[in-house]
Amino acid sequence: MNRNPQLNKHGELQHLLSTEGLPVSILLHILDTAESFAGVTEREVKKIPLLRGKSVFNLFFESSTRTRTTFEIAAKRLSADVINLNIAVSAQSKGETLLDTVNNLSAMHADMFVVRHSQSGAAHMIASHVQSEIHVINAGDGRHAHPTQALLDMFTIRRYKKDFHNLRVAIVGDILHSRVARSQIHALTTLGVPEVRVIAPKTLLPSKVERLGVHIYHDITQGLKEIDVIIMLRLQNERMLGASLPSTEEYFKYYGLTQEKLSLAKQDAIVMHPGPMNRGVEIDSAVADGKQSVILPQVTFGIAVRMAVMSILAGN
Amino acid sequence: MKIHIKNGRLVDPKNGVDTIGDLCIAAGKIASINSIPAGFQACRVIDATGLIVCPGLVDLSARLRKPGLEYKATLESELEAAAAGGVTSLACPPDTDPPLDEPGLVEMLKHRTKSLDQVHVYPVGALTQKLKGERLTEMAELRDAGCIAFSHADAPLVNLHVLMQAMQYASTFGFSVWLRPQEASLANNGVAHDGEIATRLGLPPIPVCAETIALSNIIYLAREAAVKVHLCRISSAEGVSLVRTAKQQGLPVTCDVSINHVHLSEMDIDFFNTNCHLVPPLRSLHDRHALSRGLIDGTIDAICSDHAPVDEDAKLLPFGQAEVGAMGLELLLSLTFKWATSMNIPLIEALNTVTLAPARILGIDAGHLTLDAPADICIFDPEEYWHVSAATIKSQGKNTPFLGRELPGRVKFTLTDGNIVYES
Repeated sequence: MNRNPQLNKHGELQHLLSTEGLPVSILLHILDTAESFAGVTEREVKKIPLLRGKSVFNLFFESSTRTRTTFEIAAKRLSADVINLNIAVSAQSKGETLLDTVNNLSAMHADMFVVRHSQSGAAHMIASHVQSEIHVINAGDGRHAHPTQALLDMFTIRRYKKDFHNLRVAIVGDILHSRVARSQIHALTTLGVPEVRVIAPKTLLPSKVERLGVHIYHDITQGLKEIDVIIMLRLQNERMLGASLPSTEEYFKYYGLTQEKLSLAKQDAIVMHPGPMNRGVEIDSAVADGKQSVILPQVTFGIAVRMAVMSILAGN
Repeated sequence: MKIHIKNGRLVDPKNGVDTIGDLCIAAGKIASINSIPAGFQACRVIDATGLIVCPGLVDLSARLRKPGLEYKATLESELEAAAAGGVTSLACPPDTDPPLDEPGLVEMLKHRTKSLDQVHVYPVGALTQKLKGERLTEMAELRDAGCIAFSHADAPLVNLHVLMQAMQYASTFGFSVWLRPQEASLANNGVAHDGEIATRLGLPPIPVCAETIALSNIIYLAREAAVKVHLCRISSAEGVSLVRTAKQQGLPVTCDVSINHVHLSEMDIDFFNTNCHLVPPLRSLHDRHALSRGLIDGTIDAICSDHAPVDEDAKLLPFGQAEVGAMGLELLLSLTFKWATSMNIPLIEALNTVTLAPARILGIDAGHLTLDAPADICIFDPEEYWHVSAATIKSQGKNTPFLGRELPGRVKFTLTDGNIVYES
């Protein structure tokens, strides 16, 4: 087994590729650093010069609005130069390989790559081939990982619930195809959440998911009992084509979060969603916009968390 | 050329021989064992003290990438690799470009390999035209051109009616049909074993039932068609038990496993190591154990290298996009030897799985050290370790999960038809 490819030889964060295998000290360091940045976004002058003179390349091989934009804002608030590349419509379509693209951009003196790719392991592969002074942040690779999303979710949970050690968290929906769910599970278990549940029909659960340290529920009315934090996952329309589900209507009836189902959880439970939401598919509008929803604060915190990750990487 | 191999440890599964002795070779054949014929004047004496002298290896699956895929490998590079690995006979699957579905292609391949005069090459013909699973190939013509069996390589054969027809047609002529069991609709574009590692890494999974469903289909169809079937590279514990039952019922099936699957499991994928992107996928530790048990009890007859040289760029991609396969011709002996040592399996039994057993599946006179048999011989040093690296591998493909490892068992000489084709 190789050394964790995210850590340098001093055990510090070299790349952020996954929440799996990161020590709790690093996760907490990111969350604490994000706390200090959270204030910056509310100031009149929102810039701090930590990444001045550094170039951050947003390499998005798969389309994204929210993640790419929040990374861009985060980098700009740290005074970095940001270059956005929408590779889905450029070099790759001309046949250039992923590594050639990366090597060319490295030659332009990139300091940091923020990578999103449809294939699991793409960010790992890039990280293992760039020069040692370049840092790679995984902004989502296939079904594998989306660590900054998970970290901003942890930040949100800590903001509202203070302590991880007495929580029950439920993740509801398409766990099988979700990089967000995988990263959340690793982060939650590492941070000491005693009970993490996944709630989904069997067609949307990967095999041996219990080995990740979660409890499996197929019945949402059982699964939401005593729950402090509910994380709803986006259901993609292609799941209906792939024979995973019969219809969005049936899915909503049995797994969609309504006010009625929400009332089964603890009274002060919070509702989260990584976005983009399908209203009326996995979540009812009344819940999404309701007083227990923290979905918009999640987006805001995403900026501070991404600032924290970038500044910590640049410092190592 | 007359060669006298002196004082080696002769290991011959066919004749149950495992003893220190001499071997004399003349006119391409084994002229004597443990005695020197009167008036024998060796042109070359090989001192095999401390070395093991065994039949040359017979590999049931080695892609030479000819025709059409020369950017991955050439006949020259791969046959040199075979010789360096102690392999003296190999069967090459039909998944070339174009596939081996026409007599002309097979004749050319036979001619080219014969002119290189290093290793015996036995093409396996395509079962259907272009490996599309629709129309049968001219099997009898292909046999006359040199094909020893017919297979569908790793191409899906979706239509079971076509498969049954192909089996019946092959059975008409007494040909063997080689199939790697995998139900394509269940594999569903997966890239890794459906288990904990695929779940952690978010890799699209291939369930074990993709293998067992296909195996059941093949076994029932083979019974119906009364055809000799060879099952290629099974990967799962459930698969082994299906084959075991089929054999107990007296079906004429044989079976092999790739050496990679004997040693490795899904765990070796580690952080997306694309050299572990194999077909079939590396499965669980439980499956790996069952494959070893299957070899020991004879359910699995043979170990193959499943040699698949891939150019470097095709592996420098995200796991799911990286081309499948690993080179293995030069590793087969060392890895089989290592397996025998670590599992406490008598060397003679382990060597059987890479010499006599595969030769019998091919139906060729090879894989043994009998008087007057063709002098296809491998001589290796069991004590010498070697480092697997791009520099030490002769195959054009440097893709193997064993890169960087130290392996026991160094080939010192390889003889094909009494000619020294490799010497280190």
